[in-house]
Amino acid sequence: MRYSSPVLLLVSAAALSGCSEGVLDPKGPVAAAERLILFDSLGIMLAIVIPTVLATLAVAYWFRASNRRAGYQPEFAYSGRLELLVWSIPLMTVLLVGSVAWIGAYDLDPPKPIPSSAKPVMVQVASLDWKWLFVYPEEGVASVNHLTIPVGTPVSFELTSSGVMNSFFVPQLAGQIYTMAGMVTHLNLQADHSGTYRGMSANFSGEGFADMHFNVDAVTPEAFAEWVASTRSSGPVLDAQAYAALVKPSKAVAPFTYRSIAPGLFAGILSAGLQPDDGLCVGYPKSMRAER
Amino acid sequence: MNLLGKLSWSAIPVHQPIIMGTVACIGVIILAALAWVTAKGSWLYLWREWLTSVDHKRIGVMYLVLAMLMLVRGFADGIMMRTQQAVAAGGAQGYLPPEHFDQIFSAHGTIMIFFVAMPLVIGLMNFAVPMQLGVRDVAFPTMNSISLWLTASGVLLTNVSLAIGEFAKTGWVAYPPLSELQFSPGVGVDYYLWSLQIAGIGTLLSGVNFVTTILKLRAPGMGYMRMPVFCWTALATNLLIVAAFPVLTALFAMLLLDRYLGFHFFTVNAGGNAMMYVNLFWIWGHPEVYILALPAFGIFSEVSATFSGKPLFGYRSMVGATMAICVLSYTVWLHHFFTMGASASVNAFFGITSMLIAVPTGVKIFNWLFTMYGGRVRFTVPVLWTVGFMVTFVFGGLTGVLLALPAVDWQVHNSVFLVAHFHHVIIPSVLFGCMAGYNYWFPKAFGFKLDERWGAASFWCWFIGFHLAFMPLYVVGLMGMTRRLQHYDVLSWQPWLLAAEAGAVVILAGIVCQIVQLVVSIRAREQLRDTTGDPWNGRTLEWSTASPPPAWNFAMLPHVGEIDAFWAKKQRVHARQERSVQRREYEPIEVPKNSPTGFVTAFFAVLTGFALIWHIWWMAGVGLLGAAVTLLCFMFRVEDEVEIPAEQVALFDQSHPVEISL
Repeated sequence: MRYSSPVLLLVSAAALSGCSEGVLDPKGPVAAAERLILFDSLGIMLAIVIPTVLATLAVAYWFRASNRRAGYQPEFAYSGRLELLVWSIPLMTVLLVGSVAWIGAYDLDPPKPIPSSAKPVMVQVASLDWKWLFVYPEEGVASVNHLTIPVGTPVSFELTSSGVMNSFFVPQLAGQIYTMAGMVTHLNLQADHSGTYRGMSANFSGEGFADMHFNVDAVTPEAFAEWVASTRSSGPVLDAQAYAALVKPSKAVAPFTYRSIAPGLFAGILSAGLQPDDGLCVGYPKSMRAER
Repeated sequence: MNLLGKLSWSAIPVHQPIIMGTVACIGVIILAALAWVTAKGSWLYLWREWLTSVDHKRIGVMYLVLAMLMLVRGFADGIMMRTQQAVAAGGAQGYLPPEHFDQIFSAHGTIMIFFVAMPLVIGLMNFAVPMQLGVRDVAFPTMNSISLWLTASGVLLTNVSLAIGEFAKTGWVAYPPLSELQFSPGVGVDYYLWSLQIAGIGTLLSGVNFVTTILKLRAPGMGYMRMPVFCWTALATNLLIVAAFPVLTALFAMLLLDRYLGFHFFTVNAGGNAMMYVNLFWIWGHPEVYILALPAFGIFSEVSATFSGKPLFGYRSMVGATMAICVLSYTVWLHHFFTMGASASVNAFFGITSMLIAVPTGVKIFNWLFTMYGGRVRFTVPVLWTVGFMVTFVFGGLTGVLLALPAVDWQVHNSVFLVAHFHHVIIPSVLFGCMAGYNYWFPKAFGFKLDERWGAASFWCWFIGFHLAFMPLYVVGLMGMTRRLQHYDVLSWQPWLLAAEAGAVVILAGIVCQIVQLVVSIRAREQLRDTTGDPWNGRTLEWSTASPPPAWNFAMLPHVGEIDAFWAKKQRVHARQERSVQRREYEPIEVPKNSPTGFVTAFFAVLTGFALIWHIWWMAGVGLLGAAVTLLCFMFRVEDEVEIPAEQVALFDQSHPVEISL
């Protein structure tokens, strides 16, 4: 048991130093603020927890039965002052960490827009079995399993799912949010540095789940405009028919793009979630959802 | 009409060598065990003394046997997952295809929670609570046996899925829409649902039984504030069971209606909403965490007081903290889905309520510390588990508070950081606690102590192995690794997962040490024999009777005048204020009569469950009818108690003298 705290310290030290990816290496304001909250609350609690563990080990060791120098107080079972102390220490800690939690929950609320002079880029996200569809409604293009965003510009996501629940997660840019059929969730993030960041589904969604990851390319606004232009010039069109083909379950899909999108596509995916398509309930028109 | 429903030879996964090999091994072991019982001619003994027993002590022992067997199964699943993730990096696919890997992590979670942790705590409560209360049995002894055997039915069905059909591939929480027919058309989810429905009824009945026992049956003079703390934690746990398990049963009933009759509670379309499932699941699921942890906290309280030679520090504080946890556990469930898009106010509120529960838990840690303060701590195996728990659990609690911060949760939810966290709280509390309880009460159950050296070896292997296996997961979680990955492309995760694999091997050594400890102790039982009934210088009533205790526990019901009644009496005797054993007037004692009701009901429950899973409707009807007839036969029984003559009680007392009796 005496190894416990060193092990933890060692591990956290290794994690802090050796990590050039993930939660501890944020590349945008949201992820950076989330990391700060993680460190703040970790610090507050370690200040209580480490002394407690040391005291436990010290007391257990000193009062071992073979140590006759330790005083034996067989009736010591109550002390009002100590009781007050043992209730107030954790309560104070929780008050402190609770305030951090409260502020963080409001400040970093996923639907909250990121203040910026730049106009946010809008991206509609649908999790399909087992790939990601990213639709840029204002640019009129879409891409699968690859997200391109401009650096220094807020990106505002609307997310849904074609069927099972997934979770959209780019740890270096922001926390995750679930995608659920028939419902829209919102997430805002921003990349402050160019680079390629790993994104993934964080919520298990079936057989092809392990390959449901994608790269996020954060590029300069000029490069982003170029990407949009080149995407518009080639590739297939995403209409109801193409979507019906895309939504069929497939694994480890290589990234590709659509040069244009049919109007109202995202709304279609969303409302498809509200329409029946299983054999047990017939009588409604079939949606653009794929049949299984 | 197809007489066998969906069942056919193709349900047996003959093309999967790993599964078939496992099934063959288990088959050989079961056949060997059956042959051994037959060779020994013990069938009648087994039936009369164990399978039909309604004695709470024997039921407790059987729960523990069940839990230990399932611990091995659950651990096998765990180490297979660790091995898969240790090798399936880069382009490698490992040795488990997704089809199999997904079943393994679902089975691991389901088995560890429902069929290891639950039977462990319920078994120990069964064994110890009535004796600590100074009574002869639980309120409803036959129902107790039904509870045990229904739990065993769930265990059996879950394990049958290994050989016939498949288990759920949805994770142990079985979130819809993934668990709906549309996305999981196989029988896996049905195995999951029916196993847990049947076992869940058993658990609920246990809860009713223990709440009644603790509230209504206590030794004369034992007011609430004189109950041992383990009984308090058992009361809190069983109140939670009674309140939480019906939610789970109703929830699974809704999912079953969706799957069997085309309802739309949680489907993607026709107005279904999976968020409702997630809510209801965790309204059961978070109290469940405390259902498991509270009895373990009770064991730590008993162990720390007994082996420090001191009363528990802050008894009233402990009782208050226990009941505070009991209530607060219902206010925190939303932290399981801060990522589902609730408003900032909702997230902030439930973040803080989740942290609040750390307050009474923290109080408990400090109280155990002060219990050891000023004591004479004997470092026996139960104390090793207790101190090991204290120094490990606080860090698990710390990461729990981190996860209670919505802004942090968004970053580590569903990652292996989360996996590390909940193993970091459940293993030290539930598993370490039950191991402490097993080593602590074993001499009471069988009349000899467990070997100390192998016990200590087991503890150290578990302790070191646990840290080695789960600390790396925190790191990889922060690096962005999500849970339930059959393979991954990020090579920098692999060294950490290899370390975790090594940890799993060390834990395996701990399990082997536990088995060796049991074997060695049985072989050396004459040297380890305890004839006093009080091997640890105990404080509570269970130590005042013989080891193993007679079916009636106490020849005379003890009169309780204070907390730690047995300890107080010993002090008075040693001070020669009281005689050690009073002259006794023996009277005949009524004990509940053994009944096959539990075993037979469970047989029919398995039949029904299996039939429903495979859509064999006639067999489901037969099973339900059989169970109903069995219960009717029990209701119309002629006698439900047998009388132990006074001479037999006197004879037992004389042949098992205890130093001091109450």
